[in-house]
Formats: sequence, structure tokens, C-alpha cells
Amino acid sequence: MKKFTVVKGVLAPMDRANVDTDLIIPKQFLKSIQRSGFGPNLFDALRYTDMGEPGQDCSNRPLNPDFSLNQARYRNASILLSRENFGCGSSREHAPWALEDYGFRCVIASSFADIFYNNCFKNGILPVALDASLIDSLFSAVDAEEGYQLTVDLERQLVVKPDGEEIAFEVDAFRKHCLLNGLDEIGLTLQSADAIKKYEQQWREKSPWLFDVIH
Amino acid sequence: MAAQTLYDKLWQSHLVEQREDGTALIYIDRHLIHEVTSPQAFEGLRLAGRTPWRKDANLAVPDHNVPTERQERLGGVAGIADPISRLQVQTLDDNCSDFDIVEFQINDPRQGIVHVVGPEQGATLPGMTVVCGDSHTSTHGALGSLAHGIGTSEVEHVLVTQCLLQRKMKNMMVRIDGELQNGVTAKDVVLAVIGEIGTAGGTGYAIEFGGQVIRDMSIEGRMTVCNMSIEAGARMGMVAVDQTTLDYVKGRTYAPSGEQWNAAETVWRTLHSDDDAQFDSTVVLEGAQIKPQVTWGTSPEMVLPVDGEIPTPADIENSSQKEATERALVYMGLEGGSKVSDIRPDKVFIGSCTNSRIEDLRSAAKVVRGKHIAASIKEALVVPGSGEIKRQAESEGLDKIFTAAGFLWREPGCSMCLAMNADKLLEGEHCASTSNRNFEGRQGFGGRTHLVSPAMAAAAAVAGHFVDVRDWNYEGE
Ligand code: SF4
Repeated sequence: MKKFTVVKGVLAPMDRANVDTDLIIPKQFLKSIQRSGFGPNLFDALRYTDMGEPGQDCSNRPLNPDFSLNQARYRNASILLSRENFGCGSSREHAPWALEDYGFRCVIASSFADIFYNNCFKNGILPVALDASLIDSLFSAVDAEEGYQLTVDLERQLVVKPDGEEIAFEVDAFRKHCLLNGLDEIGLTLQSADAIKKYEQQWREKSPWLFDVIH
Repeated sequence: MAAQTLYDKLWQSHLVEQREDGTALIYIDRHLIHEVTSPQAFEGLRLAGRTPWRKDANLAVPDHNVPTERQERLGGVAGIADPISRLQVQTLDDNCSDFDIVEFQINDPRQGIVHVVGPEQGATLPGMTVVCGDSHTSTHGALGSLAHGIGTSEVEHVLVTQCLLQRKMKNMMVRIDGELQNGVTAKDVVLAVIGEIGTAGGTGYAIEFGGQVIRDMSIEGRMTVCNMSIEAGARMGMVAVDQTTLDYVKGRTYAPSGEQWNAAETVWRTLHSDDDAQFDSTVVLEGAQIKPQVTWGTSPEMVLPVDGEIPTPADIENSSQKEATERALVYMGLEGGSKVSDIRPDKVFIGSCTNSRIEDLRSAAKVVRGKHIAASIKEALVVPGSGEIKRQAESEGLDKIFTAAGFLWREPGCSMCLAMNADKLLEGEHCASTSNRNFEGRQGFGGRTHLVSPAMAAAAAVAGHFVDVRDWNYEGE
């Protein structure tokens, strides 16, 4: 997994609440059996004015000029700003894959849906939840100043504004550790293989009906 | 020991390792697999040279991409017209055969929507931990299990380690007291709950549904309720085990029998919250006050009773809510202040893991018996949740009732719930749908979804607009 230490980049606004995973990556693109290549279809229905199909070349599709990510000032943005309940809906990991493939490394919002939040950490994306009032002020700032950039420092758990003002955020210690070091969680869990085997043995004795029935 | 909730009990019995940082390793009893969220996980196994920890914990079934039209279906995987869908279903077959995992393939008589198939086969049981790369895994909580959706990285993690790294959720009790009115169903209950607490109301919580209404409900109904926990923001919803649960489970293919049944029953009977268990949050709804529900907007919380009026943005003070309402009205092509009963669906979809079980089909069939869909309805689909349900319905003659009324009777699968196959809405079309999500584009690009119960969908099909099924004139009654 990609490490996340410090990310400095352009902030792009997505000013709506309840951005759902169908909006982040519509279902027709979920037919892919690959893990990459979803970037061109991130926010497909908002970004383009036609209907997207999997496998299509997106470079000549008609763009929706009103959509923020299509505006020149937000090109190459690596931090996304949104509102409450970001990532609600399905468990599709294609959502963080699409964000990552597009170039986003961090999503800042006032709250996140549980499964999406969890999926971000597995893909080198840092979700940062901040108070709604701070989110409001970031929306004003990004609107007022072209090329507005933020620095997100995971080690210190800080979002740093261009004027040096620092905003602290919360992150779970284990997830932080994995993200900072780009660790493979499966490998870490397998270090507990003995504990898993021991549990399994006891559980099998207690609940034998849960074992060996599907084969 | 301190009084425990059902969730506390399920968590505790599956705890492999509690870590100091608050995370815990939780053992997973059943892992369900479908074609959309698993290919990249199997690829991960191959790349790392890993193998499944315990093959018999897994069960796979293709559902999202499978065609529901009989002709196309007869050709099996090779007959799937869309080459990208075909490859995805084929990839599931290949992965299951390579890793020796049991799969009900496309034309296996047991095939169906993963969340319908699991309980139906007894592959999901009370007291289990159940996961699947699909957010509606919460459905299985209806049996008193701890069941939730996971992402593809976690699918890989479960395949390899039989465990997940988790943090314990908070406990929420959603209690529905009293009794429901005639014509009001489990779907209306859960839509009313979402309307009450909002789509993020359950975020961070494990919800337990309780109260007289839930106790009186069938397992099918409880599954409908738990299914949509995720639409309330909660990864998992569950219901305590009672006699109804035991009666449902007994005799199913993978359920225990004989001596093992007795042992299991003793354990399962303890799967309820203790009387004095503490919940971090409690929500109470009065069953008698719940009316048939219809969503009007692009989020499941944008829901109203059938006799309601669509909100007018000018009346809303909160600016982000006002904006969301405006945007939803534009997308849905609706006017603030108009009546729910004036909405005229173009299509009707009865199906999905929320409402495609035999009870749902019976309830819809009862409404349309001897009637015909309105001339304005361009297409009305009934898609049973599994092969078993399809056969059961046919043995009861339900298929005949539907087709005589102008409905199309299809092969099992997810179908127009998310429109990954050929069943979809065209731009601008309204749909009365028994599925669970009304997000923009969910049922097709530019499609407009109204979530309702099966009986309400059936009544709208006949009337050509939403009507209150409590007033329905049932044929021959
Ligand atoms: S029926 Fe719909 S919600 Fe259920 S698993 Fe299929 S696509 Fe998902």
C-alpha cells in the first residue's frame, strides 16, 4: 500500500452533503476485474454530460463546465473537500480506487460513512473529519483564492492552511501506523496466526455446526 | 457480568484478540462472495501466493451482473450478451474453481441474490459473524447474527486470515412499539426509521431492532428491516433470536440437525439483549402511526407517507438541506408542494435483496390479482430473489397472476436494483421500486427511483400513480 506521510496540494470543493458511492463511481464501471483505471470515471455522471460506458476513451467526452473538478483552477487537485456523510451507500472499494487513481490522497469532510472511511485507509487515502464550521471556512477560503493549497501532515495529525494556521484532526492509532508505513494489514494479522488457530479450535468444539457444512 | 446487548454477546464470542489500541481481531464464520467485489481480492491472493484460511467458511454466487431474461439466461455464462459482465461472472467461476470454493453458478437451481440465498440455504445462522463485499450484508442480522458489509481489501483479508480487524461499534436500539396498520409492511417501517434518524443517524452504531412490531414480524420482514440498516448509516442491524427465528432456520440445507440442533438451539436461545442492557442511543417509533411510505428524492431519508406533500425549498431554513432539496427536486423532475399521490411511475420493479422473498411476491400478487397494470406503465418487472423462491411462487401460481396483470416474470438476480445488467431505467423515467437506494443514476443514468413496499409498488402499477394501499380494493375480498 502507498504510504501517506505529508501531502501538500490543491484543494478541490465538492459542495454537497451525502455524496454517495454511486455518485463517486457509477455501477457500470464496477464490472471491471482490475483494481486500477477508475480515475477517468470518478464522479462520471457529474463530470460529463453524456452517459459513460466502461472501456470508453474519456478524453473526448463532453465535460460539464459547472462541475468543480472540470474548472482549470482545480486541475491536479490532490485534496477533496466535501460535507457530511461522504461516501454513504455501498461497500464498493472502487470508490477509493477511483479517487486514488484520479490523484486524490486526502478527503476532508464533516463526517464519513463507516465502510467508505474504512476502505480509504486500505488504499493510501486519508479521510479527515473536521467540524462543520471548519468545513464552512475551508469552502469560503477555497472559493476566494485561486490555487488554494493545504498541507496534510499525518504524523502530526494536522491540516495546515497557507497562512500557517493549523487544524488538528483525529485518527485511529493503528490505522495511522499502517498508513504512515504503507503496511500490508494481512501480513500483520498473520502474525497472530497462532491466536487465530487457538480460538478456532475452541470455537469448533463449542459450535461444531458452524464447521465443515459447506464443501 | 454486566448486562450485555445482543451485539455485545456476538462481539465477545468472536473475539480472537483485543489490542491495546482499541482494535480487535474478530473471527468470521461465514464469508459470502459475489462477482463484483471479489475479483481483485482473489488477484491479491495470487500475487502474494496466499491461499484461503478455511474454504468451508465461504460460499459464492453470481447475482449483480446476471441477465434476468429467460432466453439470455438459458445460455449460461457464455450466453451473457454484455462481454464485460460475462467476463466478471466467468472470473468468479474461475476463481472459485481455482481456490476450491463452493459456488452456486448462474443456472444452479439455488442461485439468487447473495443475501437471499444465505439465509434460505441455512448458510447464515443465528450467532454467526457474516461478512460479504456488499453493504446489504446487514440483512443476515435478522437471524440474530453479526453481519455487515466489507470492502474488497477486507474480502481478501477474510479469505486469508478468517478474521477482520475491527473496532467495537456503539449500541443503538430502534424500538417499534404496538402494532402496524393493515397494509403497512416491514419496508414502510424501515423507511419510516430512516426518515426519522436520517441516512447518517446510525453511523458508528450497531442497530438492534426490537419492540412488539419486530417481534410480530416474520423473518422475511425482519430481513427487509435489517437490509436497510445501511441506508440509516449503520453497517449492521440485528434482531434477537426467538421462536420465529428457530422455526425459520430448522430444516434448511446447511442448518444443524439432530443432536447438533439441540445444542445449537440452547446457545441460540441466549441471543438477545439482557433485560437491563444499556444502549448508547434509543429510538422509539409507534407502529400504529406508520403509514405506507414513498421516497420522493435522491436519498432514502427523503421519504414521506403516501398522503404527504413534497417539501418546498423556500420553507426550509437549514441552507445545506434547502440546497439538497432543490437539487433533488430538479433531478427528480418534481415540484415542491405537489402530492406524493400525483407521482406517476413509468416503470415498476419488484425485486432486490430488500423485497424479493416469497412473502413480498405474495403481498404484491394479492394486490394485482384480477387487475391489470395501467396503460401508462411502460414496463413492470417481477424478479424473484432466488431460484427457490421462483419455483415456490410458480407452484403457488403467483407468476400467472403477475403475467396476467401485465408484469414480466424474470429469472433471479439483482436486476434493476442497481442496473448492472440490461434491466434499467431510461433518462427521466420514474420507477416505483422495492429496492433500497434512490441515489442519482442508481437504476439507470438519469433514472428516478421511488422506494416503496411490494404492495405499494403493485398498487402503483395498477393505478398508474402512487395510491394508499390501505384503501386498496382487493379482488374477491
Ligand atoms: S439486490 Fe441490490 S442491494 Fe441487494 S445485493 Fe443486489 S445490487 Fe446490492
